[in-house]
Amino acid sequence: MNTIVDVESAEMSAGVPLSEWGPAPARVVSAFGFWLFLLSDIIVFSALFAAYAVLSGQTNGGPSAIELFDKRHVLYETSCLLASSFTCGMMMIATDRREVALTYFSALVTAALGIAFLRMEFSEFAQMVHQGAGPTRSAFLSSFFTLVGMHGAHVTVGIAWLIVMMAQVGTLGFRPMVVRRIVSFSLFWHALDIVWIGVFTVVYLGAFS
Amino acid sequence: MNKTGAHFSALCAAITLVEGCSYGVLNPKGPVGADEKVILFDATATMLTVVIPVIVCTLAFAWWFRARNPRAERRPDWQYSGRIEFVTWCIPAMIILFLGGMTWIGSHDLDPHKALRSAVRPVEIEVVSLDWKWLFIYPQERIATVNELVIPVNAPVHFTLTSGSVMNSFFIPQLGSQIYTMAGMVTQLNLLASTAGTYPGLSAQFSGDGFSDMRFDLKAVPEEEYRAWLISTHTNTEQLNAARYEKLAGPSHHDEPTTFGQVTPGLFDRIVTSPGLAIGSAPTSARIGGRSP
Amino acid sequence: MFGKLTLDAIPLNEPIPLATVCFLIVGIVGILSLVTWKGWWPYLWREWITSTDHKRIGVMYVILALVMLLRGFADAIMMRAQLALAAGHAAGYLPPAHYNQIFSAHGTIMIFFVAMAFVIGLMNFVLPLQLGARDVAFPVLNSVGFWLTAAGVLLINVSLGVGEFARTGWLAYPPLSELAYSPGVGVDYYLWSLQISGLGTLLSGINLTTTILKLRAPGMSYGRMPVFCWTALASNLLIVAAFPILTATFSMLLLDRYLGFHFFTNDGGGNPMMYINLIWGWGHPEVYILILPAFGVFSEVISTFAGKPLFGYRSMVMATMAICVLSFMVWLHHFFTMGAGANVNAFFGIATMIIAVPTGVKVFNWLFTMYGGSIRFSAPVHWAIGFMITFVIGGMTGVLMAIPPADFVLHNSLFLIAHFHNVIIGGVLFGVMAGYTYWFPKAFGFKLHEGLGKAVFWCWFVGFYLAFMPLYALGLMGATRRMQHYANPTWQPLMIVALGGAVIILFGILLTIVQLVVSIRSRERRRDLTGDPWNGRTLEWSISSPPPVWNFALLPTVSGPDAFWNAKRHPGTPGAAPPLVSLFVPKHSALGFFLAFFSVIFGFSMIWHIWWLAIVGLLGAITVSLRHAWQTELEDTISVATIDDHERFHHSQVARA
Repeated sequence: MNTIVDVESAEMSAGVPLSEWGPAPARVVSAFGFWLFLLSDIIVFSALFAAYAVLSGQTNGGPSAIELFDKRHVLYETSCLLASSFTCGMMMIATDRREVALTYFSALVTAALGIAFLRMEFSEFAQMVHQGAGPTRSAFLSSFFTLVGMHGAHVTVGIAWLIVMMAQVGTLGFRPMVVRRIVSFSLFWHALDIVWIGVFTVVYLGAFS
Repeated sequence: MNKTGAHFSALCAAITLVEGCSYGVLNPKGPVGADEKVILFDATATMLTVVIPVIVCTLAFAWWFRARNPRAERRPDWQYSGRIEFVTWCIPAMIILFLGGMTWIGSHDLDPHKALRSAVRPVEIEVVSLDWKWLFIYPQERIATVNELVIPVNAPVHFTLTSGSVMNSFFIPQLGSQIYTMAGMVTQLNLLASTAGTYPGLSAQFSGDGFSDMRFDLKAVPEEEYRAWLISTHTNTEQLNAARYEKLAGPSHHDEPTTFGQVTPGLFDRIVTSPGLAIGSAPTSARIGGRSP
Repeated sequence: MFGKLTLDAIPLNEPIPLATVCFLIVGIVGILSLVTWKGWWPYLWREWITSTDHKRIGVMYVILALVMLLRGFADAIMMRAQLALAAGHAAGYLPPAHYNQIFSAHGTIMIFFVAMAFVIGLMNFVLPLQLGARDVAFPVLNSVGFWLTAAGVLLINVSLGVGEFARTGWLAYPPLSELAYSPGVGVDYYLWSLQISGLGTLLSGINLTTTILKLRAPGMSYGRMPVFCWTALASNLLIVAAFPILTATFSMLLLDRYLGFHFFTNDGGGNPMMYINLIWGWGHPEVYILILPAFGVFSEVISTFAGKPLFGYRSMVMATMAICVLSFMVWLHHFFTMGAGANVNAFFGIATMIIAVPTGVKVFNWLFTMYGGSIRFSAPVHWAIGFMITFVIGGMTGVLMAIPPADFVLHNSLFLIAHFHNVIIGGVLFGVMAGYTYWFPKAFGFKLHEGLGKAVFWCWFVGFYLAFMPLYALGLMGATRRMQHYANPTWQPLMIVALGGAVIILFGILLTIVQLVVSIRSRERRRDLTGDPWNGRTLEWSISSPPPVWNFALLPTVSGPDAFWNAKRHPGTPGAAPPLVSLFVPKHSALGFFLAFFSVIFGFSMIWHIWWLAIVGLLGAITVSLRHAWQTELEDTISVATIDDHERFHHSQVARA
């Protein structure tokens, strides 16, 4: 964009309020826009949470939450996801330092943990369908599969994005455009963790209470 | 030029009011509708005390401060006045405070669930909206009608409503409030006709291709005539059982008023628990009042 | 191979859609042939279709809106004609299956593809210019947002000729919109068209919010922003917060329809009431998304043509943000009759009325802006005054229906129809027409014909009252909405008057087209040579008409509100300006167009269950996105010489005036 990078420090020392600094640099604009997107995504999840809350009792004579969920399974899934947030943080530090090998390595571990999470989730879904507790069985199950499945779909897209980002690092290097995108990815990945904490609390812990 | 527009709108508004007075919502035949009409008038009158001066001022200021008026005093830098701000926030706030009170009181007094005060015992009627007709079941008398509602004058009527298909809204404009009908759920409505007569009823929630035909007449008749009607309906050989209901529930338009001399007891509850085209699904628990338990 | 699609989908035995489709095909082929023959494709592709310039994109949004106004209004006049005929035993000329599609399409098109498109187009064009910015925050995403909206438009129009449209009303309540009661493709056309364009709208909301919050010119603190920018900020925040609810709700309905889920079905434990709550959780903020920018337009227009600063800037801003927040707390007033109980109904009724307070404050502030001014009765001012009269009536009937017991007898009646058309036409439409007339010279370098502009206003104003005042009366008489025919013949005269009003509005729409043609042909006489045709107050009038691609050669430094007005009154010393530098502008990009192309393929395939083609669409979209991800040359450079030439020319024009 057409701004000078140093203007921030000049205005900071002049005591000019932030709202009067003029147009922000590209990295700020890019991250802010992505934050807004994340907020909108969280609202999509909120609507799905609301649907789950309304429909969680509507089992249509079929299986209910407590009959279906396995505490240990959920614990393993949660551990994978939270660990992957940690490795994603490592990846950000590596990117900051422009260390290619560490970036690739932490990205790989992040993706592996994400895939492990997805495998567990998929097997949970498959088992439920096999038992006759698929999403068409009742409103409760429809809302369960959609809420948890939507989160899983986001994780899938995230892993695909991560692979693309590593390809970009490999072919384009750590240019500003690529770094901005990695920052956005990490925001996305952490946000998915936060949503998972919501899912885990409302859906799984909610069932066991 | 702009004044013509205002005169024109005022004329339109006058025509509107005069025309509307002869039927419908502004000619209520029961206490619910009558109270609602009072609210309509009171609220409108209250708001007009602000709306009319605003419209007049808009035209007056625009005209007086037109660029070519040599007599107008211009204040090209005037953009703030604490006093005016205070007044402009207060006026709408006060109106809304008043209307808010009217809202709170009115919502409670005219809550459809609320039983009407009367020395007469309420008539119980169960209402089922179907595609595209209305089924009325009189559970105490064990008769039923399609597209025809007969009630005694001056007796409160307690309606219990559901739908056998999609959402509809049970509405008799001259008696007052409407209420939605929804499959698998039960809503309630209390109305009373204080004058004998025939009043049109309809569905006020779009429900598909035959929607415009979901019309029925409500006949409010003197007590003796009502009893006579009940007796003659009982002699009718048509029976409304589950099988007949399945046939009735299929889509049809322009249904002529029909009566059934016998109704299987508990039919309404069965309709509530097995809604719509739920073939082979287990019964779900009924939800009362349009709310989830 | 082709899913559910067969030749039966083409309405060969339905004369009205068939004739319309033939007419449209002839028209489109005619236009495409003309463009090809004249050799305009390279220009159109480079300068418009792949443009990432917010000014071009804004203009395209407005063109889209005006074209869809023709379709939406055609639906309206068909509805009015049907009701003018179908009294008593008469059946009219539109059988219920068609009539129901027409009113559903009318509402959907008018809200999503006329009102939203027009408002977003105006905001897109004006915001960077008023903020002293060179473009929006994400120019390529801007193009994507526009083209996704256009994709939604295309899909909804295809439903006219291939298959059918939804017969559920514009919000498609279940269980009517579920597969059991709407087994055809109509609801699917509705859902996919709106999901795709909804994504475009969300991107636009993110883009414009970021622009307003992060790209203002140096010195332009929030308290120095034009009020139009404040109302745009509120509107875009609402878009970011509300449209995801629509996306989620439609996704749930799609899952019900495609995969047999039970969110809103009658059986399986589904809950249609939840759909109504969710959809209005979006729907109420949506109407504020539409009206707030219109309020902003009126603030600009009244203050400019009165030659006075806007009265009560602070309270205008506070009122705007109060409306923004409150709009999320009133959604239940759309279904008081669903049986929520007195406490809940009363709470939402009172919350709805509370919104009337800041709205009332705005009206008073416009009044006092006029007071003491020197008002020029241009066409935009006609719209503004017409708005102030009309909108307060519509607001009054709205507050009336916010009282639950009043709503119990008016819900879903023609009174309701009259109310919302009153506020949408009197508010949103009058606002976008005022904005269109006001900013046209900035976009194209010449003014629109004034006389014709005033004639357009009078047609809309008179036509509106004739069309909708009878509907208030009919609603009170017990007439409900969405009726295809009615039994009471005494209603017919009022229906005929309403049709008369619609015909007058039709003249207004035709005159708009005439005005455009006449203005283009006589544009030399109406040239805006200085960039400031109205003696304006805000920064967009400080640059040439039309502005150069880069908007501002030097970013203006702002020290107070009404920045341009202050600059005109206290011109700075010449020679004090910093030297020009070469600038970067975003390169044009085909990403938006191709994403839209593949979305149409995806949407159409999903509607007709052509699964392999849907995968093709998805893969195509992913491929073009990946190609874009590897684009490293994203900006063009504008040389100092080019900028300098332009600036000299502009200053000489201003000096000559």
